[in-house]
Amino acid sequence: MSSVIQEVASTRRAASERRKGDGRMAALFLAPWFAGLFLITAGPMAASLYLSFTDYDLLSAPAWVGLDNYTRMFEDPRLLQSLQVTFTYVFVSVPLQLAAALALALVLDKGMRGLALYRSVYYLPSLLGGSVAIAILWRQIFGADGLVNQVLALLGIEGTGWVSHPDHALNTLIILNVWTFGAPMVIFLAGLRQIPRMYYEAASIDGAGPVRRFWSITVPMLTPIVFFNLVLQVINAFQNFTQAFVVSGGNGGPADSTLLYTLYLYRKGFADLDMGYASAMAWFLLLIIGGMTLVNFLASKYWVHYDD
Amino acid sequence: MTDLATPSKVTFAEPSSPSDRRVRRTDGAVRRIRSAVASVLKHTALIVFGFVMLYPLLWMLMSSIKPNALIFREPGLIPTDVDLSNYTDGWSALLHPFSRYLINSAIVVLGAVIGNLVSCSLAAYAFARLNFRGRNFWFAIMLMTIMLPIHVIIVPQYVMFSRLEWINTFLPLIVPKLLATDAFFIFLMVQFFRGIPRELDEAARIDGAGHLRIYWQIMMPLALPALATTAIFTFIWAWNDFFSQLIFLTKPDMYTVPIALRTFVDSTGESSWGALFAMSIVSLIPVFLVFLFGQKYLVKGIATTGIK
Repeated sequence: MSSVIQEVASTRRAASERRKGDGRMAALFLAPWFAGLFLITAGPMAASLYLSFTDYDLLSAPAWVGLDNYTRMFEDPRLLQSLQVTFTYVFVSVPLQLAAALALALVLDKGMRGLALYRSVYYLPSLLGGSVAIAILWRQIFGADGLVNQVLALLGIEGTGWVSHPDHALNTLIILNVWTFGAPMVIFLAGLRQIPRMYYEAASIDGAGPVRRFWSITVPMLTPIVFFNLVLQVINAFQNFTQAFVVSGGNGGPADSTLLYTLYLYRKGFADLDMGYASAMAWFLLLIIGGMTLVNFLASKYWVHYDD
Repeated sequence: MTDLATPSKVTFAEPSSPSDRRVRRTDGAVRRIRSAVASVLKHTALIVFGFVMLYPLLWMLMSSIKPNALIFREPGLIPTDVDLSNYTDGWSALLHPFSRYLINSAIVVLGAVIGNLVSCSLAAYAFARLNFRGRNFWFAIMLMTIMLPIHVIIVPQYVMFSRLEWINTFLPLIVPKLLATDAFFIFLMVQFFRGIPRELDEAARIDGAGHLRIYWQIMMPLALPALATTAIFTFIWAWNDFFSQLIFLTKPDMYTVPIALRTFVDSTGESSWGALFAMSIVSLIPVFLVFLFGQKYLVKGIATTGIK
């Protein structure tokens, strides 16, 4: 009996010693991350929160202005415009992108010939889409004598300078974002593969046709993946910058029609050196993205089906 | 092709087509012919759609080897007159030869890849294998930093780096990676490390190996797929990155490829699309090569984690 107690005690001691040793090792392994967390992330976060309550042009010391930057935002027509542009961009491009991704994933679902090749072809634009080169390409494709108008001319339709027209410029950016549907498509494909085959077989035996099987099995089983993609793509879309910057020549034109929020933030901070305002804008962006993500999570209760 | 007749396949031969129900009632021969026809149609549609997807890229490639005047006159792909002078013109169109920007980008990318591989794997080892106080707390913090938009920290980071006189050096782009600020990859590796059997570490521990040795000699070799995913995505992201390079690099000597390309648009404008396309193609080649050789990991990485 006593030997058992001794054994337990010594194991405990060993375990606690090991934990202490682990603590020191953990500090060593985590040292770079801790340094990054405090110096590169948390510190600047705190500083940016502080700066958001100041007037700061980088040259003179920040001057405390309280909530001025935040109240200013609601009286700034360009900022309101950028919000409208951004929300339009996100609300139009993300659903279209996910619909394309889902449709292709359903067509490509497992076991078909050439799957790997199709997947690669559709996925490639996702990898390149964020690059300046593609933004330049887009600028030309939708330009006055660009590819789109050449094709339209063949059909006898006279085009317009899409990127230089305030009514159409944002649409070209939306098309560019939809074009990168390959990334969510690959996730959908992985999700489809995880639906147990036996569900379909059982439903078939019960006499369910393909349409019924799609709506009663595929759709509900896939909702967690749809949700995952939705959350991810919304967060991404709110932060897009490069394409709008390059296509609009850096100023969100024409007539601020492509002034994405991040582009306006960049201009305020790094062109106008209005760093306090830019910081306030950044925190507002965090609030918007956090809010959208929260809404997504709350709404998910009503449509996302978890199999447990 | 024979597997097209299995029930699971029928589900995915377009759920919307009501003809499927009729198909099942007809006899085998007709069914086989029908599914062969359906399959041919499906593949044709997929190929056509894939071609449309890739057309802008092919068009840019072909335009880059056409004389400037022809780019706007013929929308077709096949050049009637091949002219490689776009590449030589583009190469020397800016202040420095384009090789300068390629080298700058290569330095940034290499630093980012090494930084992420080392620092993220160290942190991941601690979270996956070490017992220490506050592990769950720090793990949660780490997860939260994944969702943080860069805009929230960019202004104070800029202030900090300019005080350190790091603007127009590569340090602001590399040092954060050495400090594991791409927390996303920590998460990826934690997930991977958790899947490696603990018996391996235990055995090594009994043989007297310390954590550093276990990390280096057991975990790292086994984690090659996760390391490859990290390296590939870091490469592509850092190569395509525009926002932070635009902010931290303002001297032409230090320009990376995306910044150089963007300067190209502004300085030469619409007059030399051919040269611009040529350099755009050059800028896409590294990403394309990584895509080609890293496909296996890319698809797995994105399917399990949702990165683009």
